[in-house]
Amino acid sequence: MTRGRLVWANLMRHRWRTILTTLSVAVAMFLFATLRSFGTTLDSLSQFGSANRMVVRHATAIVFPLQMSYTQRLATVEGVTGVSWANWFGGWYQDPKVFFANFAVDGPSFTALYPEILIPEEQKQEWLRDRAGAVVGVDLMEKYGWRVGQNVVLNGTIFPGEWQFTIRATYTSRTRAFDERSFMFHYAYLDERTEHRAQPGWFYLAIANGDDAPRIAATVDEMFRNSNAPTKTMTEQAFQASWMGMFGNVRTLMNAIGMAVVFAILLVTGNAMMMSARERTGEVAVLKAIGFGNRTVGAIELAEAGVVALTGTLLGVGGATLLWKNIRVAAIEQFIPGFQVAGNTIWIGAGIALLLTLVSGLVPAVRASRMNVVAALRTVE
Amino acid sequence: MPLVELSDVHKSFHRDSQVIEIFTGLDLGFEAGSFTAIMGPSGSGKSTLMNLIAGLDKPTSGTITVGGEAISGYRPAQLAGWRSRHVGFVFQSYNLLPVLTAAQNVELPLLLTSLRKSERRERVEVALGVVGLSDRMDHYPRQLSGGQEQRVAIARAIVSDPTLVLLDEPTGQLDAKSAAEVLELLRRLNEEFHKTILVVTHDPHAAQKAKVVLHLEKGELLEKGAVAR
Repeated sequence: MTRGRLVWANLMRHRWRTILTTLSVAVAMFLFATLRSFGTTLDSLSQFGSANRMVVRHATAIVFPLQMSYTQRLATVEGVTGVSWANWFGGWYQDPKVFFANFAVDGPSFTALYPEILIPEEQKQEWLRDRAGAVVGVDLMEKYGWRVGQNVVLNGTIFPGEWQFTIRATYTSRTRAFDERSFMFHYAYLDERTEHRAQPGWFYLAIANGDDAPRIAATVDEMFRNSNAPTKTMTEQAFQASWMGMFGNVRTLMNAIGMAVVFAILLVTGNAMMMSARERTGEVAVLKAIGFGNRTVGAIELAEAGVVALTGTLLGVGGATLLWKNIRVAAIEQFIPGFQVAGNTIWIGAGIALLLTLVSGLVPAVRASRMNVVAALRTVE
Repeated sequence: MPLVELSDVHKSFHRDSQVIEIFTGLDLGFEAGSFTAIMGPSGSGKSTLMNLIAGLDKPTSGTITVGGEAISGYRPAQLAGWRSRHVGFVFQSYNLLPVLTAAQNVELPLLLTSLRKSERRERVEVALGVVGLSDRMDHYPRQLSGGQEQRVAIARAIVSDPTLVLLDEPTGQLDAKSAAEVLELLRRLNEEFHKTILVVTHDPHAAQKAKVVLHLEKGELLEKGAVAR
């Protein structure tokens, strides 16, 4: 036998109480890790983006279109080395309730601006050659079981009607700024089918030097200040952050709920550990009578709390980490692509486990170490 | 020199604003290998005396020396270590840990030593053999009779080969047959294994097994300055 065996034997004294307490810690930590991950995933998404790319959108909101004529003027701004444009299509496939991102891009300039989006060269050429061709992220391909060469019909919402595309290429992404669940097709096809009424929703700018971004933003916005479609120009990172900023209050709420759950479980676990320790007052007195020191009996109590807290945290945070790494929930991915538990959440979880151990185990541990053996033995004799 | 020596020991308790004097200048000694029974009515100070000798309690003044060590001056941490090496305890209500087997209960004091697992196992087997429970090693306390539980408690008390074995009413909860078995075991421990045994008891039958019987009354030893041999 070892002291560890003694700790384990004490925990197994009321097997179901220990299991249920551990599970309650696990559920609380799962919720904490999941709720916190909304914030951390949004944060990480908002930090993506190249320092050498900028986005130009309508000054009022991204839903308002810009004008195609801006392309040439943007290219003349000092420091701008490339211009591309895109527009949100908003079509649905088979079921209007099932969402995935689909938009029109200018193929040649877009692929030049986004080297992180990897398209096999042969497929890329096929796509660029086919006006009704589409390039689709590998995740989306897998989700619908699509294959290259297959025809796919999207039903337009902003641009009504049935739109038939042929998947010519798939892409993978080396940046989390771009997920692998998007469907992109040629802006020229959109323009043609709408009888040249399409307008770019936003422009992408490639710039030679990231340090020039503030000047370029000011120059561009000044250039279109008095036009029908004034602009707001920002770095790609700021553009991402502006999307994610919409979740600001939700993130605060989720964090608050996560912490409240942890606090509640702190009280529950503390109560369970104290109840367990109180039941064993006589046994602790016996241990001390046969020579177990104050520190040893205190450490045994603390170790019991530690096993419950650490096991629960491991199950909860570990479960959340594995689950969200391997399972993609459409309802979450729709708004927060790449949702997963961040590394620092795992460390914070470990910190909470330690805190839980101290808060729930410290009182019984101190009580056990300070116990008057004679008085305690009198209660059991 | 006696193995255990109490010199001018005073012990008092505070209850609310009252000071209750238990011992006022107690002198007493026990020789190594003695088997002593201390008898007396409730409240006479028997258990307090045992707690003092075991280092569970400290005298208000005076000196307690065991094996040449003045334990009355020890700090609590020192006393815990000292107890683990020198004192084997047996309680009236056995006080075995219900979640451990008989062997594991007996092994408990050995966890405080530097013995290897195999050595601990060997000692546990010997101790349980001495008390006649080799065939009950893997039984939990709930699977044992009262007498068997008390014999496991005695095995736990002797497993680390302590200087002193202290027993507080060891037959108090046993039927006559089990009590006789336990008392016979104590006699053997004293005569065959030369253990120094001190029993606090109300039971005249238990006292009969002892070589020396001392009587306490209101904190006073009727045999003044006795040395049990």
